[in-house]
Amino acid sequence: MAAQLKARSRRFRFPELDLTLVIGIGILLAILLFALVGPSFFDPKSTNVGAFPPRLTPSGDHWLGTDAQGRDVLAALTYATPQTLKIGFLAGIVGLGIGVILGLVSGYFSGVVDTVIRTATDVLNTIPGIALLVVIATMMRSMTVELMALIIAALAWRYPARAVRAQTLTLRERAYVQVAKLNGVGGLEIIIKEVLPNLLPYIAASFVATVSQATLSSIGLEALGLGPQNTLTLGMMIYWAQFYSAILRNMWWWWAPPIVVIILIFVGLLFTSSGMDQLVNTRLRRIE
Amino acid sequence: MSDEVLRVKDLRVHYRTNSGPVRAVEGVSFNLSKGKRLGLVGESGSGKSTTALALMRLLNPPGRIEGGQILLGDVDLAKLSEEGMRRVRFSQVSLIPQGAMNSLNPVMRIREQFVDTMSAHDQRLSKKEADNRVAELLHQVGLRHEVARMYPHELSGGMKQRVCIALAITLQPKLIIADEPTSALDVVVQRQVMETFGQAQSALDAAVILVGHDMGLMAQFVDRLGVMYAGKLVEMGPVEDIFREPLHPYTQMLIQSLPSLEGKRFFKGIPGVSPSLLNPPPGCAFHPRCQMAIPRCSTEMPELREIRPGRWAACHLVEVRP
Amino acid sequence: MPLDYVVKRFGLLIVTVILGVTINFMLPRMMPGDPVEQKLNQLYATSGGQMPDLTAMIESYRARFGLDQPLWNQYLNYWWSLVHFDLGYSLDRFPERVSDTIGSALPWTLGLVGTSTLISFTIGTLLGGLLGWPRVPRPVRGLIPLLMILSAIPYFLLGLVLVFVFAIVLKLFPAGGGYPYGSALRYDVSTIVAILQHAFLPATSIILAGIGTWALAMRGMIISILGEDYIVLAEAKGLKQRRIFVWYAMRNALLPQITTLGLAMSHVVAGAILVEVIFAYPGIGYKLFQAIGAKDYFVIQGIVLLMIVAIAVILFILDLIYPLIDPRIAYERR
Repeated sequence: MAAQLKARSRRFRFPELDLTLVIGIGILLAILLFALVGPSFFDPKSTNVGAFPPRLTPSGDHWLGTDAQGRDVLAALTYATPQTLKIGFLAGIVGLGIGVILGLVSGYFSGVVDTVIRTATDVLNTIPGIALLVVIATMMRSMTVELMALIIAALAWRYPARAVRAQTLTLRERAYVQVAKLNGVGGLEIIIKEVLPNLLPYIAASFVATVSQATLSSIGLEALGLGPQNTLTLGMMIYWAQFYSAILRNMWWWWAPPIVVIILIFVGLLFTSSGMDQLVNTRLRRIE
Repeated sequence: MSDEVLRVKDLRVHYRTNSGPVRAVEGVSFNLSKGKRLGLVGESGSGKSTTALALMRLLNPPGRIEGGQILLGDVDLAKLSEEGMRRVRFSQVSLIPQGAMNSLNPVMRIREQFVDTMSAHDQRLSKKEADNRVAELLHQVGLRHEVARMYPHELSGGMKQRVCIALAITLQPKLIIADEPTSALDVVVQRQVMETFGQAQSALDAAVILVGHDMGLMAQFVDRLGVMYAGKLVEMGPVEDIFREPLHPYTQMLIQSLPSLEGKRFFKGIPGVSPSLLNPPPGCAFHPRCQMAIPRCSTEMPELREIRPGRWAACHLVEVRP
Repeated sequence: MPLDYVVKRFGLLIVTVILGVTINFMLPRMMPGDPVEQKLNQLYATSGGQMPDLTAMIESYRARFGLDQPLWNQYLNYWWSLVHFDLGYSLDRFPERVSDTIGSALPWTLGLVGTSTLISFTIGTLLGGLLGWPRVPRPVRGLIPLLMILSAIPYFLLGLVLVFVFAIVLKLFPAGGGYPYGSALRYDVSTIVAILQHAFLPATSIILAGIGTWALAMRGMIISILGEDYIVLAEAKGLKQRRIFVWYAMRNALLPQITTLGLAMSHVVAGAILVEVIFAYPGIGYKLFQAIGAKDYFVIQGIVLLMIVAIAVILFILDLIYPLIDPRIAYERR
């Protein structure tokens, strides 16, 4: 009967290579393409202040018109997108790296080490990220893309640390780990050879979530005015649009495109992350 | 006037999958009289649990009752409406589930779990009446009335199972289906719970279908035993008869595989694996694992025939005795 | 509720607050540059170099703000003033006190964000529950992809779109502010109506942005609960579908859902800030935005501290509510 009971919930699961995952990755690839290839179509000078007459509506010359500072909006978009992606990606990688290491250590070596790391993570989790980010960012004299990524990474590690720790705790009890221990294999070696490979699906899933989180934080900070003043990112485009009252002036070609790209990025990340969660869960259920 | 509580005729349950129908139950028929206990035994995948679920119409898609009748008195449960079936559940036919560990709502007190059963079947009792009834039911299964105020997590496994038994008899049903009620419990508690169950059942004179895979338990509890394999009944009869003289090769192997306290024997398992219910082997489903199979077994499906009065078997090797 | 549980949770609250205060204190002091000096330099520059004896001014300001004392003293003084709710003076609107700056903005935020979040959570949870229940008709399921997309959109972007469509194009609602520009705040019907009008779009963007997340989370919860044994027994008992849905499924899904609410608190706060900025809504978020622009460090610190403490308190309250809903939690240490 138990088999029948579990079958009841199984009917709600999507098949493994899930439509959501495919769409998500598709969207992300499209954006990546836009970000990598797009700039080559435009002269970087088109994104400078005063390059063109300001506030032009879309036309044959400027497919998305120009903004209040005289930039070609479409050109700006192609240069801003890779910057935003860069911040999210950098912050994601660094945050993930720190998070994975802390999670592994904390999950594997229980005791004092675990308690310290876990309490720190718990407490830091309750402190709203934006609060700290605002304080730190305000203190910076000038902001660059790399600096933003680092600041965000300083908080982005919280999520992967927690997720990795939980998984490590489970994996630690697996037979092959116990066997390795009995054979006298050292802790570090076990972590690298036995635990880490099995964590990879979770790490991959966490990565997408972390990048998503980091990008959201970066755009939020930028919209508040704390972003890199001299570089164009999607968040900064929105900030400048706000600053120059683009909405009130009905300059939809300025404020809408960055929003569309941002939404696409997040939808892509969400679908991918959700699809990966399904994948990870079904795959691991098979192993068990 | 018949003493028969349940007549199952040619019940068929399929699970519709992308690869085709999985034939979980293929033409199962049996009768059950008032107060009698029938055991359904078989390995995982034999269809015994599916049969139990089907009787209560608790199957979910992709599982469906594809054919047959489930006659409770004069009513065919297989054809009843949703609402009609809802009314039947627990008032006429109740269930004691397998995993009592998790079968009780974790956020509801025990008392509420009784009360909502009663309310769902239009029994409006005042608070005092309800309290009394609950205390009475708990008492009947050997639990103190304080249990009513507790939450499931405060009870032990055996206590939870008893609560499930008490729930099953709340509305005094004619038939109780017990799906491996003790498989999650240790042996000592098992015995106590089965005793409690037996007493509760006798008090109601309800019929019982006990589904399980523990032959030892069956031997001690049921009057008649039905052995299921690959969705079909392969043997049926009084339980002592079956143990004394098992007719079907599968039954023989089941009994032989029981560990015995007397004498040292090799632990005999049953070689081979359960057959696929999607693509069952031709002829007798057991023939790939049967030591005594003859050529006829792989081509022709054996019918369940009454070998002697009250004794049925589905095997080509068993001759009908006049 | 066992005492040790409460004490433990309260301990966590205290630790969080202490940590938050300390970080808030240390961070600015770890950065290069001195807020007072920077501010005064800025004033100096914008006033065309007309300020006499800048150095002496900096010194006196330093002394005034206690920045010339050893660190420990400053730290203890900081705690002392916090306990007295003295958050210092606003650098930008001197001599306005930070606590007043915040105090005037706080009710607006509480009203807008508090109400919208509650509405969003309630609607989202109910919707999510229904979407997870198998007996719900198919067309309703079509909402799911829509909700997924909605949950991916950051709060404030939704706000921008709403402003454009409803305020600029359709001119149905005001584009910003908390109350009509230039009017005085009175307790009368027309003011209240005006306030509601101004709050409508920001509230809607908060509600819409959150619904997706809550609904999808709840749906996930309900779906996994459907596989549980107690649902099977509930059906076997012949209970009506509605009863099973509410008391067996939803009730059990509510517990993790509230945990999700707690975890999402920081996001809620972050989103609220940005929504206020978009709509120039006179709440804490907007004040923060203005303070950032003006480099008014003390206001920034005050608001950040408020956010940290507020969230810590909310989480503590949720921690206390939780065992009331789930009888198992309080006994987890057994």
